Amino acid sequence: MKRRPGKGKTRNTGRRAFLRSLGKAAASVGAALVGGAGMFGHSSTGRAAVAKPAPPEIPGYDWNKHRWGYGIDANRCIGCLRCVEACKAENDVFLSAHHFRTWVERYVWLDGEERPRVDSHADPGNIAASGSEKQFRFDNRYRDEKVYKAFFVPKICNHCRHPSCVSVCPTGATFKTDDGAVLIDHSYCIGCQYCVQACPYGARFFDPRTHVTEKCTWCYHRITKGLKPACVEVCPVNARIFGDLNNQASDISKFLRENRVQVLKPETGNAPTCFYVGLDKEVS
Amino acid sequence: MDAVFHASPYIGYVYPNETIIPWTVMIVVYPYMTGLVAGAFSVSSMYHVFGMESFKPVARFALLTALCFMLFVPMTLLLHLGQPQRAFNAMITPHLTSAFAAFGYFAAFYSILLMLETWFAFREDNVIRARNATGIRRSFYRALTLWSDDISEKALSFDHKWMFALAIIGIPSAHGLHGYVGFVFGSLKSREWWGSDMMPVIFLFSAIISGIAVLIVLYTLVSKIRKTPIDEACVRGMAGALWGFLMFTLLLEGLEFANVVYKAKEGIEVIMEYVTGPLFYRYFVFQFGVGAIVPIIVLGLMFMRSVRGKAFIVGAVICSLLVLMNVFLMRWNVVIGGQEIAKTMRGLLTYQDPGGREGLTAALSVLSGPLILLFILTRFLPPWAEMSEEPEPTQ
Repeated sequence: MKRRPGKGKTRNTGRRAFLRSLGKAAASVGAALVGGAGMFGHSSTGRAAVAKPAPPEIPGYDWNKHRWGYGIDANRCIGCLRCVEACKAENDVFLSAHHFRTWVERYVWLDGEERPRVDSHADPGNIAASGSEKQFRFDNRYRDEKVYKAFFVPKICNHCRHPSCVSVCPTGATFKTDDGAVLIDHSYCIGCQYCVQACPYGARFFDPRTHVTEKCTWCYHRITKGLKPACVEVCPVNARIFGDLNNQASDISKFLRENRVQVLKPETGNAPTCFYVGLDKEVS
Repeated sequence: MDAVFHASPYIGYVYPNETIIPWTVMIVVYPYMTGLVAGAFSVSSMYHVFGMESFKPVARFALLTALCFMLFVPMTLLLHLGQPQRAFNAMITPHLTSAFAAFGYFAAFYSILLMLETWFAFREDNVIRARNATGIRRSFYRALTLWSDDISEKALSFDHKWMFALAIIGIPSAHGLHGYVGFVFGSLKSREWWGSDMMPVIFLFSAIISGIAVLIVLYTLVSKIRKTPIDEACVRGMAGALWGFLMFTLLLEGLEFANVVYKAKEGIEVIMEYVTGPLFYRYFVFQFGVGAIVPIIVLGLMFMRSVRGKAFIVGAVICSLLVLMNVFLMRWNVVIGGQEIAKTMRGLLTYQDPGGREGLTAALSVLSGPLILLFILTRFLPPWAEMSEEPEPTQ
């Protein structure tokens, strides 16, 4: 799946230009047939008839030059939930205990128990502790227990190489970019939620305000300007790592080089590009 | 903008986003209705293609039933979509890797096929009605025939050829349409309860039994309303088919469950907790027991003891009602059941009716739509053999 720079670029540009013009033609024919372009909701982007959209027009950014990757060192996570708060604020994620682009899970084995007790900050007990569905914290429920082992695991969209959410989307509104992110064209999504079903990781949700599906974008608006995703930016312990896999000196390349990493649910064949250190067999 | 959402209560651990169950009862009704379409069409084909004379009294009625249900199928999806006004995006730019993208094409193709088949099936009657009528009625029936009023023997044999050909295409189309609905669920690897190769086949067989059952119920009901004698041979034929297919369906559903349990893959603990807990009555008692085993035994006994007359009709209708419940529960237990088992395989959710356009009331309204339409359509296009050449279609 690796793209050869240079050669691939020209070929792709030609094909995209062709598809774009094809799309424009199809969109205008469709609009003429129905007598109004508004019905299609996306005629301005002119990408009808192509499942894969044209590259975003971001000044100074070429998605062929990047291949983003995400790392999580679960050993480092302290469950402070700055990442969750930052994500909600940065991306205007619906403030409730049921809509998250990223979340943190807590695994606790009590003395003598075989299986862990698992919860996230969305757990009713934790919401009660925070006092609001709009604020997040882990309560102190194990204070008087004998804890055998415990750790946190941050979760996020895995931006899979073979994303099942993309393959099931009936319109192509959700797509994999050439730089590795899985995004959604909100103006084209019909809100069928087939992708919500198909994601094995529960990373997608239906936004009750916009009536379309939502998910993590790795803060695409930030990373294409050379910034880090909000969750990575605010993590006080560097549990979240982000960078360009094409760049040998990037944080993520270093992370992958220096660690033996795992991915979540490898048996699905989705091939996540979110790599973990410090997982446990009980984490799924 | 109103931001209304319905979070489901749960036990154990579920992913935070999972607390909002994406597919509601509307997506239960969707496969239920496509199943009725496929099943009703099968009944119609038993006469039109396979020439089984006992099915003749309901052949055209079955066709109308299939058509009425088919016209309401898209309604379930439109009510479910977050952005229904963009529904045609899936047809304008179908994303070919999606099992859902082809729905628009399949449904459109099959609806047209059904309409053509119906047109041919009623053309001769409509021509005669137009000839015997005057004024607006005449124009109406002439329009229904699309101004083709040739009912010479040659023209009629041409019609029959077409009907036969359309039915031949229609059988795989109807079953394709429905098997594909099963594939929509069976092809998802994210849910252990759905991801099974047997899902399309199970959907198909349950479709056939639901179609036969709905026709037994509707045919006897309509005969009662019209105060016409019920053709017992016809009901007997349908009940026999129901009995046979029901056994296959039960076997397949049992096999599917046995597979899940016997393979005992990751998360089997939570699945067992689910089927022995919240699902016990819905699944074992009502879907398998009351909805399948009871009708199989009752129908079997009735055939064995050669029960005839009113007793047979009553028995067949009761069994059909049970089968209709069985198939609805099967859809429910697949669609809602699959979503009640969390993807974490550590928790169980409880579906709650969201109300509104995706709620149970809306779903039942959609489900009653085809019945109302069928009632109206049979006024204009009486499918009954004894009325086919009468000048006056209504009493």
